[in-house]
Amino acid sequence: MELFTEYGTILIILAGAFGFFMAWGVGANDVANAMGTSVGSKALTIKQAILIAMVFEFAGAYLAGGEVTSTIRKGIVDSSVFVDSPDLLVFGMLSALLAAGTWLMVASFMGWPVSTTHSIVGAIVGFAAVGVSTDAVNWDKVSTIVASWVVSPVIAGTISFAIFRSVQNLILIQDNPFERAKKYAPMYMFAVGFLMAMVTILKGLKHVFKDIGVSLTFGESIVWAIMFGILVAIIGTFLLSRVKRNEELEIGNRFANVERVFAVLMIFTACSMAFAHGSNDVANAVGPLAAVVNVVSSGGDIAAKSSMPSWILLLGGAGIVFGLATYGFKVMGTIGRKITELTPSRGFAAELGAAATVVFASGTGLPISTTHTLVGAVLGVGLARGIGALNLRMIGSIFLSWVVTLPAGAGLAILFFFFFKGVFG
Amino acid sequence: MDFSNSISNLFGKSPIKPLQEHMALVVTCASHLEPFFEAVIANKWTKASGIFDKITEDENQADDLKKQFRLNMPKSLFMPVSRGDLLGILAQQDNIANTAKDVCGIVLGREMDIPSSLQADFIAYVKSAIETCEKARKAIDELDELLETGFTGQEVKFVKKLIRDLDSQEQKVDKRERKLRHRLFKMEADIPPVHVMFLYNVIDNIGAIADTAEQVGNQLELLLAK
Repeated sequence: MELFTEYGTILIILAGAFGFFMAWGVGANDVANAMGTSVGSKALTIKQAILIAMVFEFAGAYLAGGEVTSTIRKGIVDSSVFVDSPDLLVFGMLSALLAAGTWLMVASFMGWPVSTTHSIVGAIVGFAAVGVSTDAVNWDKVSTIVASWVVSPVIAGTISFAIFRSVQNLILIQDNPFERAKKYAPMYMFAVGFLMAMVTILKGLKHVFKDIGVSLTFGESIVWAIMFGILVAIIGTFLLSRVKRNEELEIGNRFANVERVFAVLMIFTACSMAFAHGSNDVANAVGPLAAVVNVVSSGGDIAAKSSMPSWILLLGGAGIVFGLATYGFKVMGTIGRKITELTPSRGFAAELGAAATVVFASGTGLPISTTHTLVGAVLGVGLARGIGALNLRMIGSIFLSWVVTLPAGAGLAILFFFFFKGVFG
Repeated sequence: MDFSNSISNLFGKSPIKPLQEHMALVVTCASHLEPFFEAVIANKWTKASGIFDKITEDENQADDLKKQFRLNMPKSLFMPVSRGDLLGILAQQDNIANTAKDVCGIVLGREMDIPSSLQADFIAYVKSAIETCEKARKAIDELDELLETGFTGQEVKFVKKLIRDLDSQEQKVDKRERKLRHRLFKMEADIPPVHVMFLYNVIDNIGAIADTAEQVGNQLELLLAK
């Protein structure tokens, strides 16, 4: 197509810039939500949290983020509608990125409830339904995604409720909680390692294995994941062996030393949380960019099968790291200071429940909100009578985020869509 | 930037610590009663008045804590214990300080004279009422550990034992009260009637302090029942 030979480079540069802008927003705001629980329960310092976030966000995005990226790239819109007019898809994805990025920025400044996932999904649906035609939206997929937004916090809550109950029964209600905690903590560490390895092998490394001619059966994958889980548990046991009981700490609270064990455990769940977040949320920024690059580089052939260039993921990862470095650390500090009531024994249960849900959603290609899932997980622990006080108004703010962010993202995207169409079309 | 969307908004301020701080203050307030009555018996009214000032100060501070506590308890809070039960405990705790102040106020205002044959028993009675408050405080101090275990297991048994201790201490106070009243009854003909009336009143109120402390324990038990 003429457009792509003439303006191809500009379009890709624009998409790259918008994608980076959006990734910056994710790093500045969203990551802090995912990692804030670890900082607040004093399991990690801000520096450690950022370091973990940088490494595991990237790993999650690269190893397990492919499915969600592909949903954002070509799942929400119906590609067949765009076969004759690939330029509309390019304009649409550009405007979706710009709309979501702008909306995130504005909303963050105003203190409105926002979610990156909802912004981008709203924006894509908006440009496709209004800018092109209602047929251009894959409504089946969209309704699945919307349903997953309701289901994911509930599932996360159920999992973290069960995890916390198991912690209560195995450790907290026993006569010797400290020894019991040390004994059972590696079990949870194994779960963390197994979970991450399983999703990575089944989803992330699929194309890597195909390239080098290796194929694993499901059973073999499980064996590998178990081995990785055991490795993680061994590392954890080593770290735990350095936690010695300090009687002085028990004067005020007899569980002070038990919490120190859970603080070690929380290092691992923080990694899994960052991994999960990376696997789901990086796609928000990277998916539309990938769509633009794909269409432009194939000269307008929508159906062209091309693997995603690795620089796209790198750009997304870099944007998040940049967002963390410029603003995210501040936000993390603020959030961490506010969350003082969450002790590591609860924080770990909430994080593990949320991470498991998000990673699973990433595996099935569903873009969900990490923050909302984490809220569900924390409420799950609260239902097990684990947390001093939870503010239920947050649930209202989640609903508000659905009601406000979707149309806002959509409206902005429609606006930008016609703008781009006017400029380039 | 204001991050109203951040996960931190989910966490309210836990009511446990403020409740414990309030109880500690209230018990301090009640424990002034012992030096107060010693001063009264020794006829040192300036000293007694100084102690009364301290009690008033503590009571005011406890009132402030109570108000703050209530302001931090919006209905939208989701807690492992019922909001009503917590507010009930708080009100009972506050009553301890109020009654302590009332007792001192009456004794000081009337410059009351405690019959010398009753003095030793009277001080022992006051002491054991304060002891009841101490025991109630011990039970309330376990609330954070209760929260840690999610209100189950060994910790619940431990707190139930503390509450039993509290109950038996209160019964001891009751016994002393009956004894004291009986002895006062035997000698009341020799004391001016108005004075006798107020002596009964003071004895009643000190008993009420121990009663209220026991009520705190009972309310705490309600939390465990759920």
